[in-house]
Amino acid sequence: MLLRQPFEPDAFDEVILGCVSPQADEVNPARVAALRLGCGDRVAAWTVQRNCASGLQSVDTAYRYIADGRAEMILAGGTEALSHSPLLFNDRMVNWFADLNMARGVPAKLKVAATFRPGYLAPVIGLMKGLTDPVVNLNMGQTAEILADKFDIGREAMDAYSLESHRRTARAQEEGHMAEVVPIYDARGKHYEKDDGVRPDNSMEALGKLRPAFERPFGTVTPGNSSQITDGAAWLILASEDAMKRYGLTPIGRVADSAWAALDPAQMGLGPVHASTPILRRNNFDLDDIDAWEINEAFAAQVLACLAAWEDDAYCREHLGLNGALGPLDRAKLNVDGGAISIGHPVGSSGARIALHVLHILKRTGGKRGIATLCIGGGQGGALLMEAA
Amino acid sequence: MDGDPSMTTRTKPTPAPDTGRTVVAAPRHWYGERDAENIHWLTLDKDGATTNTLSQDVLAAFEAVLDELAANPPAGLVVRSAKANGFIAGADVGEFKGLRDPDAVEQLVRRGHAIVDRLEALPYPTVALINGFCLGGGLELALACRYRVAADDARLGLPEVRLGIHPGLGGTARLTRLIPAPSAMGLMLTGRTLRARAAKRMGVVDAVTQPRHFERAARWAVTKGLKTQRRPVLTALGNLMPVRWALAQVMQRQVAGKARRAHYPAPYALIDLWMKHGGSKKEMLRHEARSIAKLITGDTAQNLVRVFFLNETLKGLGGETGRVFKHVHVIGAGTMGGDIAAWCAMQGMQVTLQDRAPEFIAPAIGRAAKLYRRRLREPYLVRAALDRLIPDVAGDGIARADVVIEAVPEVLSLKHDIYRAAEARMKPDALLATNTSSIPLEELGQVLTRPERLIGLHFFNPVAQMPLLEVVRGTNSGDAEIAAGLAFARAIDKLPLPVKSAPGFLVNRALTPYLMAAVQLLDEGHPAAAIDEAAEAFGMPMGPLTLADAVGLDICLHVGEILGHGMSASGADWQAPKGLTRLVEQGHLGRKTGQGFYRYDKKGKPIKAKPQGSATAPTTATLQDRLLLPLLNTCVACWREALVDGEDMVDAGMIFGTGFAPFRGGPMHYIHASDAAAMRSRLVSLAETHGPLYMPDPGWGSL
Repeated sequence: MLLRQPFEPDAFDEVILGCVSPQADEVNPARVAALRLGCGDRVAAWTVQRNCASGLQSVDTAYRYIADGRAEMILAGGTEALSHSPLLFNDRMVNWFADLNMARGVPAKLKVAATFRPGYLAPVIGLMKGLTDPVVNLNMGQTAEILADKFDIGREAMDAYSLESHRRTARAQEEGHMAEVVPIYDARGKHYEKDDGVRPDNSMEALGKLRPAFERPFGTVTPGNSSQITDGAAWLILASEDAMKRYGLTPIGRVADSAWAALDPAQMGLGPVHASTPILRRNNFDLDDIDAWEINEAFAAQVLACLAAWEDDAYCREHLGLNGALGPLDRAKLNVDGGAISIGHPVGSSGARIALHVLHILKRTGGKRGIATLCIGGGQGGALLMEAA
Repeated sequence: MDGDPSMTTRTKPTPAPDTGRTVVAAPRHWYGERDAENIHWLTLDKDGATTNTLSQDVLAAFEAVLDELAANPPAGLVVRSAKANGFIAGADVGEFKGLRDPDAVEQLVRRGHAIVDRLEALPYPTVALINGFCLGGGLELALACRYRVAADDARLGLPEVRLGIHPGLGGTARLTRLIPAPSAMGLMLTGRTLRARAAKRMGVVDAVTQPRHFERAARWAVTKGLKTQRRPVLTALGNLMPVRWALAQVMQRQVAGKARRAHYPAPYALIDLWMKHGGSKKEMLRHEARSIAKLITGDTAQNLVRVFFLNETLKGLGGETGRVFKHVHVIGAGTMGGDIAAWCAMQGMQVTLQDRAPEFIAPAIGRAAKLYRRRLREPYLVRAALDRLIPDVAGDGIARADVVIEAVPEVLSLKHDIYRAAEARMKPDALLATNTSSIPLEELGQVLTRPERLIGLHFFNPVAQMPLLEVVRGTNSGDAEIAAGLAFARAIDKLPLPVKSAPGFLVNRALTPYLMAAVQLLDEGHPAAAIDEAAEAFGMPMGPLTLADAVGLDICLHVGEILGHGMSASGADWQAPKGLTRLVEQGHLGRKTGQGFYRYDKKGKPIKAKPQGSATAPTTATLQDRLLLPLLNTCVACWREALVDGEDMVDAGMIFGTGFAPFRGGPMHYIHASDAAAMRSRLVSLAETHGPLYMPDPGWGSL
């Protein structure tokens, strides 16, 4: 992307990158990336974290800075390498190491060494910790089960939704609608041209065989109807009108509005509804006025719960400040090329990916406006209103 | 440090006097300062040079310094360099040229020994502060100091063996007494360079630090001493007579695997020197002087010195255009293109690598990663180099490139399409170059609106190991473009050889008759191993059949056909030897298919039978004539046709492009050192029995 631009990478005012769990030796991946991309010593860079919507946050912040006149051009995006999630030493092991380090002299060290217990070696799986809400003590999958129960969403509906997600992504890949996806080359001579979690040959039978992942044995949320745990990254260049003129740039779209909302952590999956509704209200839009919806597919149950909430009178009145149900959301406009269930949810990067992809969908379909929105672990939601160029 | 007196006595090296002025007095080279603690800080800043070398006058000036110090002894002596590029790079190789009198040389060497001995004998602590390179005589000088402190970027070694000699300022005696003999001899026999930390582990230096701490470190060493890694008992054991004898046998076997005694006497002389005299430092020093005097006046050393200067000459061809090359775009990610791209990125340039689809680029990235891990080692440097190597299917890099290199298969229409597309997107003053080895530049450039833009940059395989780069001038190539090509070659640390465009340029053209002669001999029934052995006995790095297998028999055949058709001076139709065509038809293309003239095992090593002697077998000399005379003949032809600029350039190209027996100084030099007339007659008689491959070129008469 930077090669194609008529300016050098040091022309950015700053670099903002969403990332939920940086590696231990790259604690500000935005700065590391900015330097490695050739932005130079003089371009500031920082990493932003709002759980699953970190990649949306970076784009939103860039948009606000530029709108405020604080910056002309910002490189914004998101990244995550969930495959690199660490195994951690548990607290007892860490304390034992600390005691050993502080002990002076061989006798003292031997004394500490003698207190070691095999149980100290039991690792903590970093990934599991990251996906669990520490306040309400529920993991993300459990919040999806809660919503499934609340809105009466059955296993079959979730599986059917997931099947459709895979089908849509497979078709999009075949028809070249994922052109913004750039191949990755590794140091072993291998390359990856497209997201490889897609199962075009998936079936209800195969999905039906999977066991519940989070609340066994009677739960309904399975690995097949949940987002996949993957690696990914996305970058966008955001620029002011002046910068566009100066460099002769042709935008693919613009950010028109954004909103963030917070709600009960146990029902975090409804975040998109809480963040999108204010945007619809203040811009006087109905659900149908939005030509393309990207609601991040954290879980099939969660997406379906969002749709059900908008169709529920009581919920809309009590929680969204509306007079009644907003109505059904046209499934033909929702996640038209699939989503995190088939593509994966590298948490820090999904927000940036769907913001970018919604613009590509608008371009392709001739639509005018789209919303990219995600639920956020911990009980939040974020949404960006995007407009075609 | 108590009180840290260093804060009150700043002693940074004083810069050398302006070398632009006329020097009235003899050059001083060494500049000294005494500090408040009576420590003498002696800085070498060789006058009129960018690099410190221990020329005769630098040594003489050092002797004068020692005289001054004797009159006014300090509490300690620190020896350091003022030049940022390094400590001391070794002797002044220019002073080795033309030395032919061993006795005179021995006298000179003994004078040098006397000076270094005086340094070693000083009755107060001496410390060498080593930044950057510390090679040859420079390391020998440092070894005569009590302590050695190295910067973390220091590179130390005793590479004299690569010039056909061994250390001659006492290094053979001092190193074998400082560190255990196997390490010491290993360093001297291979001539390899040690990084600072490895040098410390080995005991060659006593401390490694960042240069910003040099003063503190030196002061510490002088006033308090340094804890060293030395192992005196183990070292002494290694110098006992029976141990020396046993180790010498092992070392001789190891050296024999790499270099023959008749070709390269120096490593054997070094082993002999240590085996016989390693028990006594005095004897070792005395015989070191005699041994090096004998070596340096011999043909091998003189020829290797010649090769050293040929290398310098090629380096100088880069010129001073001041052009900066930041971005290179390579089209074609195959073995050559991918490796060219990887090399350029390793040299610090940003590189975009283009091919039809990601699957053709990915293997090149994998190979690059392997190269970087081996050469750069540090993970952060490996990653930085990989960052600079950018896969680019869409060719977005063309518009940014300072140099565009085309390295796709030898299909004219394909190359034409690429040039048309590239010319439309290239920067107006960007260089366009082709790695072609067989299609004439004039044909390639036909589709360009400005054909003068196109030059040839012909790399050799493997790119990371072959230093030569033929810079090819087509009939239409512009002077500015050629100059840019030469400068670019230096920018990526290759040795440029300007060559006129003609089939095979210089190297492939000279090698082809050598390869064809080998196959002809094979067709006549001589065993492959005997043919290759004859060439290796002459001094070629590998035999012609092994070389052909490595290059690929299809390529050899193709090049042979092109050269044959292009140069049928005798009017006869050139026929490829049957042995070659047969193998290619059967699909045995050499190492890459697991079989060619030899079979290859899984690791790519040839399975060779040992050559057996027989009563009717031709002598090695006969085989060598059959193999080498066509090669020499072609070199004469290339010289006569002025493909390159003079005989030295022919020699340089053949040495750096094919490894032609460097100890012989190059093919043209070898002809002059032998009997040119006799060679020509031999060619004539061989042509009578074995065909036009041996017809002598008209150029022999003008040599």
